[in-house]
Amino acid sequence: MYLGIVKGTVVAERKAAGLEGKKLLLVQPVDEHGSAVGDIQAAVDTVQAGDGDLVYLVGSREAALACDPWFVPVDAAIVGIVDGVEAGPKPRKATP
Amino acid sequence: MRYCRVVGPMWASVKHPAYAGRTLLVVQPLDEHGGDAGASFVAVDTAQAGVGDKVLVLTEGNGVRQILKAGDQVPIRSVIVGVVDHVEPA
Repeated sequence: MYLGIVKGTVVAERKAAGLEGKKLLLVQPVDEHGSAVGDIQAAVDTVQAGDGDLVYLVGSREAALACDPWFVPVDAAIVGIVDGVEAGPKPRKATP
Repeated sequence: MRYCRVVGPMWASVKHPAYAGRTLLVVQPLDEHGGDAGASFVAVDTAQAGVGDKVLVLTEGNGVRQILKAGDQVPIRSVIVGVVDHVEPA
C-alpha cells in the first residue's frame, strides 16, 4: 500500500463492463512528507475521497479485491482517507 | 520480502472494512547498510513493531491473505511479518 493525494476526477463514459459505476480519481503517489513520488495514476475510489485528500491505496490484484464485485479490471484502489502520519522531521537536502 | 525501517504510525478513520482494527505503519525500504533504498510505503503491522525498528515486510497479496486469515478477498498487500535484530552485510 502507498500514500497519495487526490488530484482530480476521471470521467469515462465508455469503459470495460466491470468498471461501470466505479468512481475513478487521479492520484499522485507521495511519500510520508507529502512529496510526489513517481507518476500520477488513475485509481478506483472505495471510500468517497475528494480533491486534495491524502489517501492510501492498494495496488495490483489486491486493488480489484477492494471492489464489490471484486472481479474488475483495476490495478489501483483508494482504500482509506488518511487523518495523520507521524513521520518525524523532513530530511534536509544536502547542498552541493 | 523487503528489509525496511518503521518511519511512523498512520491513522485513517474512513477506510475499507478489511482495515478495521489494523495498525498501519509507514515503512522505508533499506539497503544492506541501513541506507534508504526506494520510496516509502504503507504496511499493516502483525509483529508489534515500533518507530525506528528494522522490519521484514511481506509485499505479496497471496502470502498476506494466508497470514491474516481473513478470507480470500482482503485488499491488503504489505504486512510487517518480523522485527530484524541485525543484518550482516557481505
